[in-house]
Amino acid sequence: MKLLYFAWVRQKIGCSEEDFTPSADVKTVMQLINVLRARGSGYEEAFRDPARLRCAVNQSHVGFDAPVNATDEIAFFPPVTGGHA
Amino acid sequence: MSSVRIQSEDFDPGAEMAALKNGQNEAGAVVSFVGLVRGDDGLNAMTLEHYAKFALREITDHVEQAKTRWPLLDVRVVHRTGRLTPGERIVFVGVSSAHRQAAFEAASFLMDYLKTRAPFWKLEERAGEERWVEERARDDESVKRWH
Repeated sequence: MKLLYFAWVRQKIGCSEEDFTPSADVKTVMQLINVLRARGSGYEEAFRDPARLRCAVNQSHVGFDAPVNATDEIAFFPPVTGGHA
Repeated sequence: MSSVRIQSEDFDPGAEMAALKNGQNEAGAVVSFVGLVRGDDGLNAMTLEHYAKFALREITDHVEQAKTRWPLLDVRVVHRTGRLTPGERIVFVGVSSAHRQAAFEAASFLMDYLKTRAPFWKLEERAGEERWVEERARDDESVKRWH
């Protein structure tokens, strides 16, 4: 699968995208988060509090119970915001 | 008709308005909005990051929603990304319609969406410090009025 990271998630992990092959028992976004979190300090920081994150699978917003597959494009990012305009 | 663009370069609001189609002279109203980077609270710059495929799909989807909801002849949206400084143009929304109420409402609906829900993340620079803009409850309120 292809993983994409945006904003502070990207900064904490230190890259904007990567290919990743989780073990076959990873079937949902939440399971993927738990696997990624164990990969190192940047990942741990980025995924420590999933409530601060949003996820899109193949460019559609999904909940953390959504299924993930080997060919998916999965993006993690903070909630989008207002700000200046 | 509609056009959605995401780009780092500036745009010409006059050219965007002129490009709005009016059908067979059916348009009685053109409403446009230009958002600028506001330089209050000592803001030095703002960098917009986006998820290109996702943003284009989401914005296009909301333009289609607006066209279903109001009788619009044309819609044009331009959203900039990258590092912008106060005073710079950041977003354009233009709509044409037979009557002004539809044009005003559709432009407002699209701006509320773009401001609060479109997948752009904003990094603000102030006094040499960088900070990601966090979610605001008030933004959610401005979107709720359309539901």
